[in-house]
Order: sequence, then C-alpha cells, then structure tokens
Amino acid sequence: MIPSKFDYVVARSLDQALQLLGKHGTDAKILSGGHSLIPLMKFRLATPSVVVDVGRLSDLRFIREEEEDIVVGGLATHHMLESSALLLEKAPVLSMAAARVGDVQVRNRGTIGGSLVHADPAADLPAAVLALNARIKVVGAGGEREIPADRFFVGMLESAVRPDEILTEVRVRKSDVGNGAAYLKVPQPASGFAVVGIATTLSWAGGTCAGIRIGVTGVGQKPYRAAEVESRLMRTSLDGEALRSACARTAEGVDVLSDIHASAEYRKELAAIYTRRCVEAAAARARG
Amino acid sequence: MARTTTEKPKATAMGSRMKRTEDPRLITGSSTYVDDIKLAGMLYVTFVRSVHANANIVSVNTEAAKASAGVVEVLTGKDVSHLIGSVPCAAAIPGLKFPKQPVLAVDTVRFVGEPVVAIVASDRYAGRDAADLVEIEYEPLPAAVDVEAAMKPDSPKVHPQFENNIAFTFPFPQKGGGDIEKAFAGAYKIVTQRMVNQRLAPIAMECRAVAAQYNAGEESITLWSSTQIPHLMRTQVAIMLGVPENRVRVITPEVGGGFGSKLNVYREEALLAYLARKLGRPVKWAETRRENIVGTIHGRAQVNEVELAVKKDGTVVGLRCKVIADLGAYHQLLTPAIPTLTGLMLSGPYKIPAVRMDLVGVFTNKTATDAYRGAGRPEATYLLERMMDRVAQELGMDPVAVRRKNFVKPKEFPYATATGLSYDSGNYQKALEQALENAGYEKLRKEQARLRKQGRYLGIGLSTYVEICALGPSAAMPAGGWESATVRIAPTGKVTILSGASPHGQGQETSFTQIACDRLGVSPGDVVVVHGDTAVVQYGIGTFGSRATAVGGTAVWMCLEQIREKAKKFAAATLKAKPEEIVIHGATYSVKGKPKVQTSFQSIALAAYTAKILPKGETPGLEATAFFEPTNFTFPFGTHVAVVEVDGETGEIQCRRYVAVDDCGKVINPLLVDGQVQGGIAQAMGQALWEEVVYDENGQILTGSLMDYAIPRAAYLPRFETSRTETPTNVNPMGVKGVGEAGTIGCTPAIVNAVVDALSPFGVKHIEMPLRPEKVWRVIHQGRAIA
Repeated sequence: MIPSKFDYVVARSLDQALQLLGKHGTDAKILSGGHSLIPLMKFRLATPSVVVDVGRLSDLRFIREEEEDIVVGGLATHHMLESSALLLEKAPVLSMAAARVGDVQVRNRGTIGGSLVHADPAADLPAAVLALNARIKVVGAGGEREIPADRFFVGMLESAVRPDEILTEVRVRKSDVGNGAAYLKVPQPASGFAVVGIATTLSWAGGTCAGIRIGVTGVGQKPYRAAEVESRLMRTSLDGEALRSACARTAEGVDVLSDIHASAEYRKELAAIYTRRCVEAAAARARG
Repeated sequence: MARTTTEKPKATAMGSRMKRTEDPRLITGSSTYVDDIKLAGMLYVTFVRSVHANANIVSVNTEAAKASAGVVEVLTGKDVSHLIGSVPCAAAIPGLKFPKQPVLAVDTVRFVGEPVVAIVASDRYAGRDAADLVEIEYEPLPAAVDVEAAMKPDSPKVHPQFENNIAFTFPFPQKGGGDIEKAFAGAYKIVTQRMVNQRLAPIAMECRAVAAQYNAGEESITLWSSTQIPHLMRTQVAIMLGVPENRVRVITPEVGGGFGSKLNVYREEALLAYLARKLGRPVKWAETRRENIVGTIHGRAQVNEVELAVKKDGTVVGLRCKVIADLGAYHQLLTPAIPTLTGLMLSGPYKIPAVRMDLVGVFTNKTATDAYRGAGRPEATYLLERMMDRVAQELGMDPVAVRRKNFVKPKEFPYATATGLSYDSGNYQKALEQALENAGYEKLRKEQARLRKQGRYLGIGLSTYVEICALGPSAAMPAGGWESATVRIAPTGKVTILSGASPHGQGQETSFTQIACDRLGVSPGDVVVVHGDTAVVQYGIGTFGSRATAVGGTAVWMCLEQIREKAKKFAAATLKAKPEEIVIHGATYSVKGKPKVQTSFQSIALAAYTAKILPKGETPGLEATAFFEPTNFTFPFGTHVAVVEVDGETGEIQCRRYVAVDDCGKVINPLLVDGQVQGGIAQAMGQALWEEVVYDENGQILTGSLMDYAIPRAAYLPRFETSRTETPTNVNPMGVKGVGEAGTIGCTPAIVNAVVDALSPFGVKHIEMPLRPEKVWRVIHQGRAIA
C-alpha cells in the first residue's frame, strides 16, 4: 500500500475525534476497522490529510438490549454481529448479513459503523438495517441526531452522515424485528460484495403476512427498501403466483447496476428470484 | 566409528509422505523474498505506465517529478531505451515478425500498462508522489483489441512497421500428421465446435520483484529477481546490457509462485541492473498487484475452431483445427512458442490417425501472453475433451464409451502420435475405470435422471487427459532441455545439493532431500538444498514444464549414484575389500557376507577428505556434478470427474464433487503430488468458472484488480477426491513423470463438460468459459424458448 501522505491521530475520546473532524473538515477521514477506507487510500481514491483512528474508543464497541431497543455500537465488528447470542435471538437478520461480509479477516476488523457510513451500494449490512427499520445515531459538534435507515443511504458511496459527524449507534426497535428473517446473497466472485443481496424481516400472524420489510443491496446506486413489493405482500399468504409477481418488482424503477459480473437485465432477474427465495425463507422461519 | 541415523528410513524414503522442509520458514515468515532485501543506500523505482492501449507519445514532461521531494532520477524511453537491448524472445518460428521491445516506451505505447517513465526515489512514497507529477501527452490511436478483428486488413495496426497484425502462421505438424483430407472425406460425421480459451492472469501470490546492486570494485552486477530461471536471466540480462555474463550474478531468493509468469526476462530486470550501475546505488522495485495484472504476462487467449471426423461407432479418424493465438503487443520469452505446444498435444490419449492444426499468431494492443501453468497443453486438452463430449452428444453415445473406443491401449506403448510424439507409457483405461468407480458413475447417472424429474439439473463431466512433461530433450527446447545438479558431501557427512532447477514453491528442497535420504541413508536434517544463485550453483535451466523432479531430480540422482560408487571405493579401501564386494544398507557400507565388517557413510566422507588411504586411481573429496539430458518427454495422464448442479432459475453453478485419478509415474512424495494436483485443480476451476482478463473495445482493462479479476477461493471449491495409478516411465531412472501442471490441464474441460451435461435437457452444446451464471442463465432461457 502506497497511499499519499497523511497524518494519523489516535482519538482518545469521542470529543477529541469530533474536534479533529471540526478542525480538518473534509480533509479528515475516520478510520474504524479500515476495511473500506484503506483500500480507497491504497488506490489513492481517497487522499485524506488526517486519518482519525477511532478504533480504540471501546465505549462504542458493544451490542446490548434496552427496554425498547436492541442497540449496536458503531465499532461493533462484523464478527461480533454474526456471533452475538442477543442478535441471533432478537434481530437475527443482522447476524445473517454480517456472516456474509467478506472473509474472516474482514469480519474481524470491519465495523458496522464503517460499513454503513461508507455506503457501498453492494455492502451487506445496509440491506439488514433497512429490513430492520433501524435508526442510526450520529454525533456531531451540533449534538446528536437519529437518521432512519431508509433515509440514511443517499447515493453511490454517500450516506446522510456529515463530514463532521461520527456514527455511534444503530438502534432497532424490538417491535420492528418481526418473527421471521432471512438474508440471501449472490456474491461477486472477486470482491465478495453482493451482486444481489436481499434482507427480509416479516411478521407472520394468523396465516397471513402482518408486516414485511425488504432491504435490497447490490442492485441499484444505493441500498433501498423494496416498498412496492412489501405493500403487495401485506396480508397475503407469501406463496404462489402472488409472491412471484410481487417479487418480480424488486428492481422496478431502480437504476440497476451493470458490470462484467452481471448485466442490468440479469441483476434485475436475480433480484426478483432472490427476493422471492428470501421471503420464502423468512416465512418458513416465521411459521416454525 | 559407525553412526546410524536417528530417523527411521521409512519416514524419509522415496514414496513416503515426508513433510515439506521449506514450510517452517515460510509459515513463520522467516524466509527472504526479493522485497525483503534491504541494502544501505537503497533507492526505489516506480514506473509510470501507459493508460492507453495504442497511442503516440507527443511529449513527456518530467520537470515537476524531478523536483519532487526524495526523487533522485527520472528516466524516459528516450533516455535509456537505446542503451539497453530489446527484451529477448527465444521462440524460433519461421518468418516470425519480431518487434523490438524497448525497456521504456519511446515514441509509442502499445498496451495499457506499458512502462513509459521510471522514477528513482528515496522511498516508494516519494516515487509514487512523483509519478503523479509526470505529464505525458498522448495522441490516442484506435486499438486492435479483439483478436479476430485484429486479423482483418482494416484493423488498426499494433506495429505500423508491419503490413498487418499477423505475427506468424504455423501449419502443424510441419511434416507427417496423417492424411487429413482422406480422413474427413470418408467420415460418417464431422462434428464441429468453435470455442474460446480465454485470457487469464497468472496471479502468483508474490508479484514480481527485482533488486540490483553494482559492485564498482569488481565491475559486477548483482541482480535479485523473483524468477523461475536465474541462469537464463543472467545470460539475457548480460546480453541486454552488453556486459560480460560472468560479471552478472543473479540471486533468486524465496519465490512465491510463478505459474510460468516468471519464466521470463522482463524490461524491469534489465532496467534495474542498468540503474544500479548508472547511479552507483542499489535499487529495488516490487510490483503492485495492479501492475502485476497488466505488466506481467497473461496466459491462454486462443480461439479454436475444431472439426472432428468420426465413424458411426464413435471412432475418431481425424482432427482439424484453426487456432488463433492472441499474442498481445510484444513477444516475451516464449510468446509465439506457447500455442505451438497446443498442436503437439492434439492427439490426447486417443489414437487419431490424422491431425492438422493451422495456427496463426496475432498481435493485439494488450499485455503479452506467454507460458501459464500448462502453457498450450490445457488449450489442447480443453478443445479435445470438449470435442469428445460433442461427439458423444451427436452420436447419442455415453461420453465414457467414446473415450474407451479411442484410447491408446496399454500394449501399444511406446505410441507414436500423428503429431510426432512418442508416448512413453500409459494405461488410460485403468485411470478411467478407477475414476468411474470412485465417483460411482452409474449411480450418478441414475441420480441425474431422478433429479431431472424434479426440475433439478445435475451434470457429470469427464476429462481423460494426457500431458507432456519433463521438458525436455534439448533438441525440442529453445535454450536446452537438460538440468544440472551438484552433490557435495562435507567431511562430517553432511550433504549439500546444488540444483540448477530453481523451484518457486513446488517443494523440490523436500523431494531432493528425500532422494538423498533414500540413496545415502542420511536424515533430512543432514541435507541442504541450494538453488537460485548463479554464483554458487552450476548453470541450470530452471523450473517449468513439470520438469524439476523428472529432469532436475534425475541429475541429483545421477550425482548420488556417482557418490555411492566413490564411497564404495573408499569403504573397500578402509575395510580391505574390493569395491564390488561392498553392500550398502542405508548409511552402512559392509563387506558382502561379513555384515560386521562395516563402516558408515559419515566415516567414509571424513576418509575422503583426510585422504590418508586413497583408493587406487581415486582423487580426494566426495562430490559429483551431473547434467541430465532426457531422451524423451514424459506423458502423465489421468481421468477427472466433476459433478455439478446448476440452478435452473439463476444459472448459478455448484460443484458438488470432484474426483481425480492422476498417474504421474513413480511418486517420490505423495504429499507434494497431492498438493500439486489440488492447486492445479483449483486454478483450472478458476478458468472454467471465474477467471477472465476483460478488455473493453478501446483496450482498457476492466479486471485491473482482484476486486474484479476473480481467482478461486478455498470456500468456492469442493473437497477434492484424489487418488493415483502408477505407470512408471523409462525415460529416467526413477520412473517419475512430473505433476506440476496435471490438475490445470485435466480439470477445466471436466467442469465445462459437467455443466453442459447438466443443461443437455435445454439442447445446450457448448458454453464459453468462464461459466459466469449470467451466461448459463441465458442459454437456459434460449433453450426454454426453443422448447
């Protein structure tokens, strides 16, 4: 790795990190697990003059249960997510998505905060936080704010986090988790990112779908909710032709990505098939 | 006093699974690669490379780069290229067009990645910063990218000095080949197929790296290079620089894989040697992965149009093919020779009385192609094994039956092929039967039928291959096909083996140690294997073409035999017996019939150097050198069976099982052979399923990093069910054939055959590699539409 010159500062507190961001503005970049930032610096696609390492702010590395919410700290690693007994029981879609991130090394270092803020259109965790209707808490000089997941991903590699803010928590309402979940993915064979990644949470009650959220990654310029599919599936039995025709709309109205690994036409088809399979898998879990 | 070894001979004897002696230092990170070499005052070289596939260089402004912090020197092609000879090509093909390849581009660039400017700086960061300051003005030209379009008269020219992009045409075989016209005229059916053997990047774990130092007092250059051929490198770099060869020393420390990509002499090697001398300071360059994907040779890249003439019963009577080889922009060491090897192996394990290949080599504005694991032979095996399945499909036969019908029979060896080779030994039927049994072929066919009824698509693919190894007799090789060894016994009986074959990951330190343990009765700890230093090791050829054990190992064997003979004489002198009365058991030398009258190898070694009692006519010392010239190639073979399941909705492929039966003759270390076979299969699956260097229509590379160039990962692969049959060769005394490329050659068609077999309900005849799910999805859709 031969990046351009930069200063490296280890933040000892969140306040210090925020001060550094305030001082250096867009010249500064936050380093957490390093698995998004470092590759960009290696190719000199990112050339920050100051790298603020927040990796030692261990207060941000947690997964806990509160009265109404499951709360994941910004520095929780993918490995923590995939192996957390709490998440596996109460918000399993996050564990399922984390388990499909990169490889063991990436999962040991990479963090939920880093992944979400980087807003890669093909990353796994965005699909899960969308499906969980999570709120993403960020802290800046002007104080805290919560951003709903479906307004968090703004565009290609662009999140709603401002340059002077740090992602501190991902909050999931227990009432949003549902009783069935699944994450299915077609990985791009070289990078491991999603050609198509579908996360689903749903509530199955009285033989019908009482609630469903579908997060889609890899397909468009940014991760998104398949809202049209969701509304068509409400109060249905999640099978047969109704399911098939609803899921066929997963990429409808989306500017679908196209590359050597999958053309837009094929991606659209994969999105439809994998959404159907993902809903089927989530429904199967919900039905027990 | 007689000393016996502490280890049981069993654990180290030839044929035993001795652990690799190389591994402790590799695993603990204590070995030295070129990039680990740090010398006082060392400078670092950074290249600015072409961003265009074809362009005139209008101007190069290096002023800002020269003024950048830490920069010592900035050189353009105009500064150096007339001072250093062209990059060498050893392939002798009649009428070959040979464009000079300067060390830095002068007026034109011919592919993306071609080095244009070299920056020498105090560290890599300063070099890279300065690289961003170099201003190159290009006049972009239309590029010849697609190889078939490049053949047309209206194509942009890669080299304007030639009338077209055809570098050579080569009808093969040059003589013989049987009566091809008659074979086709009398055929029951002619089965045809066009197929592409796509361009691949070798992706050795260690990218290339070069370091150089000028020793002013001795007027000599020391060059460290991550190469497969230190001695040939020394010769060629000396020629390129115009310095006496004996004043160039090439050192090849640990090499992290080559796969043929380091069987070459590149611009960077000569240029760094030049820079070290010019600046009087040591210099180093270590390739980045992005440079590696454009600046190091590619492999394969052939378009094949194949016709097979068959009888009604499946007997193949003739094979005719057009081979278009995409050479890239320049000839590297063996670029034009590689596709000729395809012709050699077109008969495969079959009796094909008439064979004809019309080969055309074509320049394109892309990275040069050259040897990549298998080097021309995987292409032959792929097209032949795909064709055997096509024949089965056309005639409604089982693919197994077609192969059985055409195999050379065990009694027919040595077998003379229509391509001019003499196959040494083989039992193709045995390997096939074993593979079918291991796979449970009949059961698999039943399962396939059952699953099809459920709308699931299981495929079973076969590949029965023969390959050409132990390259080779010198008459057939551009730079000598022999190999050398020296075995030096120290007065304490310790053994040093100096091998001219310079391994780069294969484990020859282990196998050569094992040969020495077997022949001398010493322990592995008593043996050191030295290679890859031209100042220490006698001239050698190198490691490629599955030759290091069969050719290099035989040279070691010959040395050990000489040492045993001499040791017998010393033993006889000490024990007051005749040399022919001496019996060797491990390290013990005793008199026949008097086992208690004995001495040890270690005592003999000491006696040979103290030289108090010299056997009559003998000289002191215990050392031997041998150059082994093989009389023929060897021809390993085997059968691979792949079982895949294709997702009928998405086209995704899962390889469920992989069964390989390989026959590489006698085995010195089964552990090493298993490793070679498994690694080879993994790489071959990479070609079948994922790997492809992709260029756009302008010659821009779209797979310029490992984020887009997909190499196989362990998690993508099934467990390999490997086993062996053993048919020795008589080409060398150990009966070994070679195994380094078997997996790469055998596996690729098995995977593609399996996928095509899975999709046969859709009328699919062929799918081009790599079998990206999207391609499979499209052919399924086409098949459904037709149905």
